[in-house]
Amino acid sequence: MHEFDWSSIPNALPFLWDGMKISLEITLSAVVFGIVWGTLLALMRLSSVSVLSWFAAAYVNLFRAVPLVMVLLWFFLIVPHLLERLFGLPPGSDVRLASAIAGFALFEAAYYSEIIRAGIQSVPKGQMAAASALGMTYGQSMRLVVLPQAFRNMVPLLLTQGIILFQDTSLVYVSALADFFGAAYKVGDRDGRLVELLLFAGVVYFIICFAASRLVRHFQNRLKTA
Amino acid sequence: MISMNKVSKHFGTFQVLTDCTTQVHKGEVIVVCGPSGSGKSTLIKCVNGLEPFQSGEIIVNGVSVGDPKTNLSKLRSTVGMVFQNFELFPHMKIIDNLCIAQVKVLGRSLEQAREKGSKLLERVGLREQAEKFPGQLSGGQQQRVAIARALAMDPICMLFDEPTSALDPEMVNEVLDVMTELAQEGMTMMCVTHEMGFARRVASRVIFMDQGRIVEDDSKEAFFQNPRSERAQQFLAKILHH
Amino acid sequence: MAYNWNWGVFLQPTATGDDTYLGWMFYGFKMTIALSLSAWLIALAVGAVVGILRTVPNKLLAGIATAYVEVFRNIPLLVQLFLWYFVMPELLPEQLGNAFKQTNPILQQFLASMVCLALFTSARVAEQVRSGINSLPPGQKNAGLAMGFTLAQTYRHVLLPMAVRLIVPPLTSEFLNIFKNSAVCSTIGLLELAAQGRQLVDYTAQPYESFIAVTLAYLTINVVVMFGMRWVEARVRVPGYIGAK
Repeated sequence: MHEFDWSSIPNALPFLWDGMKISLEITLSAVVFGIVWGTLLALMRLSSVSVLSWFAAAYVNLFRAVPLVMVLLWFFLIVPHLLERLFGLPPGSDVRLASAIAGFALFEAAYYSEIIRAGIQSVPKGQMAAASALGMTYGQSMRLVVLPQAFRNMVPLLLTQGIILFQDTSLVYVSALADFFGAAYKVGDRDGRLVELLLFAGVVYFIICFAASRLVRHFQNRLKTA
Repeated sequence: MISMNKVSKHFGTFQVLTDCTTQVHKGEVIVVCGPSGSGKSTLIKCVNGLEPFQSGEIIVNGVSVGDPKTNLSKLRSTVGMVFQNFELFPHMKIIDNLCIAQVKVLGRSLEQAREKGSKLLERVGLREQAEKFPGQLSGGQQQRVAIARALAMDPICMLFDEPTSALDPEMVNEVLDVMTELAQEGMTMMCVTHEMGFARRVASRVIFMDQGRIVEDDSKEAFFQNPRSERAQQFLAKILHH
Repeated sequence: MAYNWNWGVFLQPTATGDDTYLGWMFYGFKMTIALSLSAWLIALAVGAVVGILRTVPNKLLAGIATAYVEVFRNIPLLVQLFLWYFVMPELLPEQLGNAFKQTNPILQQFLASMVCLALFTSARVAEQVRSGINSLPPGQKNAGLAMGFTLAQTYRHVLLPMAVRLIVPPLTSEFLNIFKNSAVCSTIGLLELAAQGRQLVDYTAQPYESFIAVTLAYLTINVVVMFGMRWVEARVRVPGYIGAK
């Protein structure tokens, strides 16, 4: 049986916290960009311009068919070279964080766009008709009438997707970025205490995600009764 | 056959049934009515133990329903029940709906069960529908199948929980006709229903419930001619104005 | 600086010389399929049991099932994989742990990956099973019980046959996910599809061809699973039934 020794964790806490900040930074920026880009994709998908809806459908289906790890790897291996070439960055500059965020945002946008599309479709058609009858343009009707209602219905799903995204940030491990999980792995590897550090990481993720999903459920119930 | 003594039930602090006491004798047809939320559906579901109750006693054919030692499944197999929403099993053909419990609960052979099932379908006028699925039948037809399904178990009595209230008006009579015929053959029945015409035709007694209590329990003549409680008078006035 | 496309790269012998790059890709493809399918079967069995337990009246059993689902849903897949691969052998009784560590490394990777994916997915399957059962009209359970079925018979003959039909569409997406999630197992060195794609990038100078090939392979899996599940859906459709609500 393994003899536990947790002593390397207290000293490593500042380093682990730095890792957590990176995880949260990736999560937040990917959620924000993902929702914005996802909304645009959803609107394109629902638009009557066939080129747009075709493009959005292809984008969404492609990203939903491939593994996130592969997308992240692709961004890790190829995007830095591309950026170097495009912006003339000196070779070897560290764009790992930026490319990880970009990879996540582009990938998650596909999932967000499906949530948002369903949300828009859940708003009764009569609302759009009523807005048009008041003389609003398509853009105004969407922005002022349909989207606000759609987003209110979708908030719990969007938040749940955010929790999934937070869990998925651990996959930046493939690009050797020291997010929370990467940091825990590094400390464990350095001190020969991988067992303890991995268990610690598991518990921390569990507490955060469990608490967050409870909050979302609480919020959802409040929304239902309101 | 069924005897209830001071049956009470509550969900948390909400009192659903209070001291309900009544008897149903062999061959009687009891109609239970009352405003919605008065506890009549809950009461009838207590009879075969689908709803647990906290105090009091219900004896069905000599067996105590509330006793934890009672084999409820066995008891229920002798008491037929018909539900408001039919509750046919949507993934089975009509004939299989009639056979499944005969085979799995009573241990009859499939042939025996099918023979019995066909006879009962014939009786409710739906023999040609045997190989269809419930979703392909009208509401009235589904409810007649549900009655046949309950009869296939050779029940000693039948419970009806608002059997016509989910039906379109033009289908109510085909179901009531089957129930009337059953009553005239001497089946012991307890029916929660608002169909006062049915009550007038076949009921032995009428039970009127309000706020979880049995307010009136009388012969149908007494109930319809001079209901004692004010609530029952109001209720009858409303129902008859339909 | 233009990129030199070279699709012929797949037919070239590999750096180690014993196979072509196409052979490598095919090996990875087979590994992804074998891993995902075996994990899926376990996930279905475990998920069905846990999902059913979440709906039974016994509070203790339902509570255990809920805890199971929460644990496997709230820890990232990668962390679970590392726990199975690096931590579990240390926590097992010494002999068992050593026995595991002495088996063929590929088998070790495969077993850890399979158990990890299976249990991770089983929690999601359990949620679908639970919501399938709960979406049936409550009267169905009563109708089964009223005919004299025991609770077990009611599940067996009344609730589960309908619940299973209702959850075929959401299970399709879980089935697709297990193929995608299997790519995470490349992180412990399992040479499945994504890992072979990466090897190609490392060994040849043709990253685009490699990624396009891997993407096409995943798309193929997607299309096959989708058509397969649609076929299943059509097979189990109940005539005249218009959804539960």
